[in-house]
Amino acid sequence: MKIAALRLLVLVLLLGIWEFASGRLVSAFFISKPSSIGAKFWSILIDGTLLRNMGITASEAVTGFIVGGLAGAIVGLALGRSVTLAKVFDPFITAFYSMPKVALAPLFILWFGVDFQMRVLFTAVIVFFLVFLNTYTGVRNVSRELMTVFRLMGARESHLARMVVVPSAITWVFAGLRLSVPYALIGAIVAEIMAGNSGLGYLVEHAAAQFDTSGVFAALLGVMILALALNLAVKLLERVLMPWRDASEQREVTV
Amino acid sequence: MDRPSAKRHETSEGQDGALIRFANVSKRFSLEGGEMTAVSDVSLDVRGGEIITLVGPSGCGKSTLLNMTAGLFQPSEGTVFYEGKILSGLNHQVGYMTQSDHLLPWRTVFGNIVAPLEIRRMGKAAARERVESLLETVGLQGFGGSYPNQISGGMRKRTALARLLAYDPQTLLMDEPFGALDALLRLRLQVELRVLARRLQKTVLFVTHDLEEAVALGDRCAVFSARPGRIISIVTIPLPEDRDLMQLRYNSDFTRTCADLWSLLSSELARSGT
Repeated sequence: MKIAALRLLVLVLLLGIWEFASGRLVSAFFISKPSSIGAKFWSILIDGTLLRNMGITASEAVTGFIVGGLAGAIVGLALGRSVTLAKVFDPFITAFYSMPKVALAPLFILWFGVDFQMRVLFTAVIVFFLVFLNTYTGVRNVSRELMTVFRLMGARESHLARMVVVPSAITWVFAGLRLSVPYALIGAIVAEIMAGNSGLGYLVEHAAAQFDTSGVFAALLGVMILALALNLAVKLLERVLMPWRDASEQREVTV
Repeated sequence: MDRPSAKRHETSEGQDGALIRFANVSKRFSLEGGEMTAVSDVSLDVRGGEIITLVGPSGCGKSTLLNMTAGLFQPSEGTVFYEGKILSGLNHQVGYMTQSDHLLPWRTVFGNIVAPLEIRRMGKAAARERVESLLETVGLQGFGGSYPNQISGGMRKRTALARLLAYDPQTLLMDEPFGALDALLRLRLQVELRVLARRLQKTVLFVTHDLEEAVALGDRCAVFSARPGRIISIVTIPLPEDRDLMQLRYNSDFTRTCADLWSLLSSELARSGT
């Protein structure tokens, strides 16, 4: 309760300083001010601009997230299980992984144009690598001793996959997914900024092009809200799919 | 697999009374820059229904013997017989329990214990009944729905033990299973293990570095030299079948045997300079 009050205080203080500085210390042209950002946010909220564009960005991010996440998990599982495949592909994966994916955007625009499809694919590629790498490492790290214990019980490969490998991979897939949320948004928004006529990224870019700082900040606020919502969604999904994780939080912490 | 509930020395299936026989077994591992001999010329007969404890300095190849009994790898020289047959490939008659409990964190206690029964395609109802009775056997009634990370280390061990018993392996291979537990809990699990092993006619190979544990649990105790591990002595523990583990501390046979083992081991430690 006390913490919440302190947080509120920090927020009010920051906004207050901002409001005060705007026009007095720094030109309002550059930093706008909380009151006009609030007004702008409110106006694009009621005229539906914000929600419509947020919906577009969200659907790009979510679709890309699902496509990239699924592909990453499947390929990660496959390569994690096969030593030979892993060895063959390792240098290629490392090379691709170390490249900043944003640099691929122009190529994607060239290939797929500037519409929904391109933005989804771009997001999917970014998510794919994060989820893939996490799943892959996870599958590699399944304890061999644990597998042996199960083999001695008479488990065949299919049992091992169902009982041990896939569930333990889920943990890692989610680690990858949680990491990817901000990147999925980055993907969608970068694509919109570079080549969009809709979406939050377009909103940011469009406002900036008209020197509408309040509009930029209002759109950014929308981006922030969307990011929080996506994070929350992944957390909820995680709770449903991995109830054992939740259980560990309930346990008293002992050192 | 129904085994007759005859006296333990008659339950073995080998021709000459040995369920597990190590005949002049050596095991070498190739490491970078040379070879490492883990065990050297070990011969040991384990009778069905017997509890054998293995003690020795760390790295003396005790675990290697367990791994060979499980069929995880073949000896470099010599032969391991199981039920009179040369062992090749995984030995599904054994269950393995190590210091780490190897439970599946994404399954409840019940789900963990039922796993080997699922592998054996036991019917749902029958499996449920069996797990319920096992939960009672190891004293975990009411905890079937908990996840491993919700219960204590001792309860996790019990879960692992129940899982081991669920698929009823003839032989239990235990590699310092109680190593990380506190003294009291350890004692309780030792009591339970001995009672259960006797009641269910299990043969047990139990690796430990704790001499008192070796004496308390074992019918016989094989003492190993430092690497390369050889058996320097096989000591028959002069304690009754139905020994009371809680009172051993004050039993003169117990303390004397521990002292004997210690003198065997300490000269070995002095020799190897570790």
